[in-house]
Amino acid sequence: MISFLDHLISGINLGSVYALIALGYSMVYGIAKMLNFAHGDVIMIGAYISFCTGHYLGLPAVVSVLLSVAVCTILGIVIEGLAYKPLRQAGSLAVLITAIGVSYFLQNAAQLIFGPNPVQFPSIVKMGNISLLDGKLLIKSISIVTILCGITIMLVLTWFTGKTRTGRAMRAVSEDKGAAQLMGINVNRTISITFAIGSALAAIAGVLLCSSYPTLMPTTGSMPGIKAFTAAVFGGIGSIPGAMLGGVLLGLIEIFGKAYISSELGDAIVFAVLIVVLLFKPTGLLGKQIREKV
Amino acid sequence: MKKKTLRSYISSFGLVIAAYAFCMFYMNNGMSRTLKGQLIPICSYVVMALSLNLVVGISGELSLGHAGFMSVGAFSGVIVSGWMLNGLAIESESLRLLCALVGGGLCAGVAGFLIGIPVLRLRGDYLAIVTLAFGEIIKSVINCVWVSVDGSKLAFAFNSNNVPGKILINGPQGAVKVDKIATFTGGFLLVLFALLVIMNLVHSHTGRAIMASRDNRIAAESVGISVMKYKTIAFVTSAVLAGMAGALYGLSISTFAPSKFDFNQSINVLVFIVLGGIGNLVGGMISATVLTILPEKLRAFNDYRMLAYAVVLILVMIATNSRSVKNFVSSLTAPLKKARKGDAEHA
Repeated sequence: MISFLDHLISGINLGSVYALIALGYSMVYGIAKMLNFAHGDVIMIGAYISFCTGHYLGLPAVVSVLLSVAVCTILGIVIEGLAYKPLRQAGSLAVLITAIGVSYFLQNAAQLIFGPNPVQFPSIVKMGNISLLDGKLLIKSISIVTILCGITIMLVLTWFTGKTRTGRAMRAVSEDKGAAQLMGINVNRTISITFAIGSALAAIAGVLLCSSYPTLMPTTGSMPGIKAFTAAVFGGIGSIPGAMLGGVLLGLIEIFGKAYISSELGDAIVFAVLIVVLLFKPTGLLGKQIREKV
Repeated sequence: MKKKTLRSYISSFGLVIAAYAFCMFYMNNGMSRTLKGQLIPICSYVVMALSLNLVVGISGELSLGHAGFMSVGAFSGVIVSGWMLNGLAIESESLRLLCALVGGGLCAGVAGFLIGIPVLRLRGDYLAIVTLAFGEIIKSVINCVWVSVDGSKLAFAFNSNNVPGKILINGPQGAVKVDKIATFTGGFLLVLFALLVIMNLVHSHTGRAIMASRDNRIAAESVGISVMKYKTIAFVTSAVLAGMAGALYGLSISTFAPSKFDFNQSINVLVFIVLGGIGNLVGGMISATVLTILPEKLRAFNDYRMLAYAVVLILVMIATNSRSVKNFVSSLTAPLKKARKGDAEHA
């Protein structure tokens, strides 16, 4: 029972990180209709920025996180402007390959700057663990911070896309780019803002991920990136609650699969569940079914 | 056979045969050792490019897990070859290579059929993500499989404790002490075979049905084409060829791990065919060759080559797809065209 609770908490912890990354994937996909494979590497850059500012400059954790959010936001806007904007009208495969090119670029640039060897990422939360049930159940403070972060960001994003002008513009662009433009929405600016938000979330996700799983190297971002993408599809890509739900479920499945079925097959179980879900709900758990008309 | 079809057959086969003749000549006249070692992997990647082109170019479905089929082919090829040598005492290398290729192709074909049933019901990006998931599943499953030959029997296990006899596949270490029986001529014949299969398919009734389903699914369905059936045919054929390419690759190196065939490998092959021109078989073969040789040639700039590769990839995509770049190029070449037109009128 105790171990079950333990796995449950670490599952939700990992799931919240996936959810944050998946939100970025999902929003970008909803608006630009592209699979941004470079998203996972923005996570890694975010974690490195936080690590360097915290470790070498000795800045406090909050400042280093804010700095990494700022750098990643700018990085997101720059990537979008340089690599993706010229390809707005191009086929999806060309954009996909460009995104992969950006991903390779970030990984190799990080390898040149930070070196190929992994570094130990110090947790940003320095508080001790919380013990419950007479010390049988230990909850890491970083887990609580991660889960709270996930919930807060989800609420803020739901409010943002639902209530603010920019948020409504984002939804309009994702539904119909041409019509949105006719209504006086600046489509290019809206897409840039989406990339900025997605990359800021990626920076936070990177810091939280590395606080729980402290090995940081230039390829750290790619596997969580792929899993978060899976989570976004799992929940229904383009939908914000879907990304959140997909992320948390994926984290839970992974941790429980590793704990109770087989530790080597954890990843295989995650992907197998995805395939089964897509068989029965081809657009994901909360995705909208769009009927094709002739 | 139509004249145009005949010409495309002659040009593609001519190119492959000429390349083979050139390599055979060059091999005896000062080819470097690294390049010699790359010849078989090049053949294997060329077949991979052909195979993925069938799915992405001809059938119009994005597959991000093609390395999974390569992996299935590679490991089953190694098992077939190792079993024939150690279990059945068959010494002939070319017979074992042939059987390994067929075995690898068959296993990958079965995997392709099984995964094709659920995958091809989905569309677009959902299909891409499921193929990606499939590639990752294959990778982690092979990571915990142990296979050995004991007497004339094969033994399979999911942990390292009870595998008797000579070990062929050693869990996360992958295939160990592989008997390297793949030859360049074998690879060349495989390339010819793959080219023949795909070109025949494309120019047949089936191929036209596959392309019709790609161009407009609803229109194809309304003239009575079973889209699922034809997409499955393309997908399974492609999986078989990818499996054969994998078997060739596996039998050309002594040790390889399942992680060799990961998402990056699938993306690599995708880059080959996108840079070669999607649906263009010859272009895909050329870019597979060039992009396999180039990284080795650029070893001197080791630190920067991947960075440069990434930049080139982005620039090529923007240059060939961006509307403003296209307009710019055509504004540059417009005076030239005008001049040429003027010449033609004068003449």
